[in-house]
Amino acid sequence: MGKVLVVTSGKGGVGKTTSTAAIGAALAQTGQKVAVVDFDVGLRNLDLIMGAERRVVFDFINVAQGDANLSQALIRDKRVDTLYLLAASQTRDKDALTEEGVKRVIDELRDRFDWVICDSPAGIERGATLAMRYADSAIVIANPEVSSVRDSDRIIGLLDSKTLKAESGEGIEKHLLLTRYDPARAARGEMLSVEDVLDILSIPLLGIIPESQDVLKASNVGAPVSINSTTSAAAAAYIDAARRLCGVPVPMTRPTEKVSMFGRFFGRRAA
Amino acid sequence: MSIFNLFRRANSGNVARERLQILLTHERRSGGSHELVALIHREVIAAIAKHVNIDPDKVEVEIQYRDKVSFLEINLEIPAGERARAA
Repeated sequence: MGKVLVVTSGKGGVGKTTSTAAIGAALAQTGQKVAVVDFDVGLRNLDLIMGAERRVVFDFINVAQGDANLSQALIRDKRVDTLYLLAASQTRDKDALTEEGVKRVIDELRDRFDWVICDSPAGIERGATLAMRYADSAIVIANPEVSSVRDSDRIIGLLDSKTLKAESGEGIEKHLLLTRYDPARAARGEMLSVEDVLDILSIPLLGIIPESQDVLKASNVGAPVSINSTTSAAAAAYIDAARRLCGVPVPMTRPTEKVSMFGRFFGRRAA
Repeated sequence: MSIFNLFRRANSGNVARERLQILLTHERRSGGSHELVALIHREVIAAIAKHVNIDPDKVEVEIQYRDKVSFLEINLEIPAGERARAA
């Protein structure tokens, strides 16, 4: 029985899809079978980030409605052979997904994979609640920025009330992944610090992903950043986060940037 | 740690943290369940008003969510003259 993970945030543009692809690929590289599932019906993008946009024949809704079987719709990654994608539909609207249909697909994926990673759409509407509904645990993506943290707080509230795990009283496991972290600005006190965000959201930290040009480069070429540029700090941070998910006690590394004495002296005082 | 930490209160990151803490304290109090609070509010007024005259503005309903348990707090004021009727 695999583990179902939802990647969610409330706010758009914080890195849900990037993180789904990067963590999915990092987990698959350890030999585990991973399915990444796009829940963003009508605005799918995980296929593009994974570089599989021209290979989508059947999608999630086709499977949920019984028009195709799972094996027909799953797209195997060309780089990591234990990594699969289930794309969202681009032409249908979000109401095409029903709770029963989603449950059936997730149950089948859970039987066949070690990890099922659900890429949630932004917002707190039906698409987002369906994506989290059957999850065993959640990765909440936040940027160190006020609107993102506020929305994450709201999403944590939904995770604690609208998921099956929450309703059963068992509670859903939650992890915080802080993305687009800029160490230079953090050092100058221009961003919420890691401690501030942890203090406010009070869920355990899974990782800190530094702001990196490698993320954009990876999405340009359609490859998860964790396998596209393994030497980059962002890739290393995603790989560490994936290992922590597997229970490996990887020490938390704080992204740093070399600051000159000049920068240190004057930078600290800037508001 | 350096002497410059003394100046950190003025950093925009700290302003962000303080604003968020105040905002989220308020938002968590209503717990994203405004509809539920509004419904309970209406029904409490209807139930009490059958027996006692009350001012709907003097009825406060609040839900506080905590990790293990949540609290439903209902505060309502009964006018002095109504005490005899209620008893």
